[in-house]
Amino acid sequence: MDKPIIQINSLNFWYGPKQALFDVTVNIVPHRTTAFIGPSGCGKSTLLRCLNRMNDLIDHTRLEGQLTMDGQDIYAPEVDVIELRKRVGMVFQKSNPFPKSIFDNAAYGLRIQGMSDKTELAGCVENSLRKAALWDEVKDRLSESALMLSGGQQQRLCIARAIAVEPEIVLMDEPCSALDPTATAKIEELIQDLEKYYTIIIVTHNMQQATRCSDYTAFFYLGRLVEFDATTKIFTNPSNKQTEDYITGRFG
Amino acid sequence: MELHFDQELSELKELLLRMSSLAEQSLARALKALVQRDDALAGQIDKDDDELDHLQIEIDDRAIQLIALRQPKAKDLRFIMMATKISTDLERIGDQAVNIAHRVEELNKEPQLKPYVDIPHMAEIGRGMIRDALDAFVYEKPDVARQIITRDNEVDNLNRQLHRELTSFMIEDPHTITRCLNLMSVAHNLERIGDHATNIAEDIVFLYEARDIRHQHE
Repeated sequence: MDKPIIQINSLNFWYGPKQALFDVTVNIVPHRTTAFIGPSGCGKSTLLRCLNRMNDLIDHTRLEGQLTMDGQDIYAPEVDVIELRKRVGMVFQKSNPFPKSIFDNAAYGLRIQGMSDKTELAGCVENSLRKAALWDEVKDRLSESALMLSGGQQQRLCIARAIAVEPEIVLMDEPCSALDPTATAKIEELIQDLEKYYTIIIVTHNMQQATRCSDYTAFFYLGRLVEFDATTKIFTNPSNKQTEDYITGRFG
Repeated sequence: MELHFDQELSELKELLLRMSSLAEQSLARALKALVQRDDALAGQIDKDDDELDHLQIEIDDRAIQLIALRQPKAKDLRFIMMATKISTDLERIGDQAVNIAHRVEELNKEPQLKPYVDIPHMAEIGRGMIRDALDAFVYEKPDVARQIITRDNEVDNLNRQLHRELTSFMIEDPHTITRCLNLMSVAHNLERIGDHATNIAEDIVFLYEARDIRHQHE
């Protein structure tokens, strides 16, 4: 295994009095896709949101343990959270384009970062739309509202927006759960293409999706990491009985 | 929690068990027909084989449906894959029994060459291998399956020994050549049955341990 880009060590997490993660230790490999799977309430999304400190936005949460990125503690007091979220982009379950043009959506993060040169901006927007496999569908209508796009296109636009600022890591929380099979297939293809450039972590309820587009899979249950291994291993010969029961649909 | 899928898997298992007992029965009948010089019994073996052929097709059909409709994983996937492989070997065992029956019909046209000792012994080992494979499969005992594999050497040795013996018969008296060749053919069929039983045993180890042990003991 390559040197990990993220190291999670003995992580515990609480929402108020309720503990949501228990002693989670796992390494994330760079330029690979890691899937977090498990039944609802298992802590997979909570862990994902710890990785770019999204949980900071929720009151009364508490975290213990280490979470480092390239060896640096991302919860250290000196860490600039805005800077962190630039390095760790996120795509959500429901596509959330801004009520602006397609171009402005893709350019949003870049403008915030201070990019104002029109040629440079146009180049970066094209590049991110190409990477998100959307360019050919929208290149002639960049000034149209993003809200005119189909659900699948909107989600790819959100991916383009996330990757325009060149993050190192892209977190995806159920990115296809609101999409039809064709749009889902496109996003899954895209995920496999994007690992060249980014490290991807995807939370999914769809186990077929985990098998199709991830290299590593982590199975969570009741806030604990039950098993982490290569996706091929998890889905052909898991080491843990709970994992086997879950992936073969015999859970409970 | 009993799933519909579990029910479908257990039906597949039933079909395999049915095939396995038919294959063993065909072998037992072929041997009995040889030893008792019973043409009528030899003639029945073709019927057993028809059923084995149908079962093989049925198992493959169901396996393809289960893979397409259920997207099986882990042990379920191994079970379905191995069911198709095991059924292929069981069907071949049936074919070998048919071959033996045909040799028996030829052999019965002439007086018996010699008392049969090694051939029934080989057949007995072969039947034991099939029976134990069935046990290993039903009771999830990969260790039993591993032991089956070691017994294949015994079958191979008996086959070689018989070949030497029959060769000397033919050298001494060319009138025995037809019978010797028929008996050699029977021994060869039994040797192949040992190989098929070994394949099944290897598949059972893979099914329960997810470990591929093929081509390691040759």
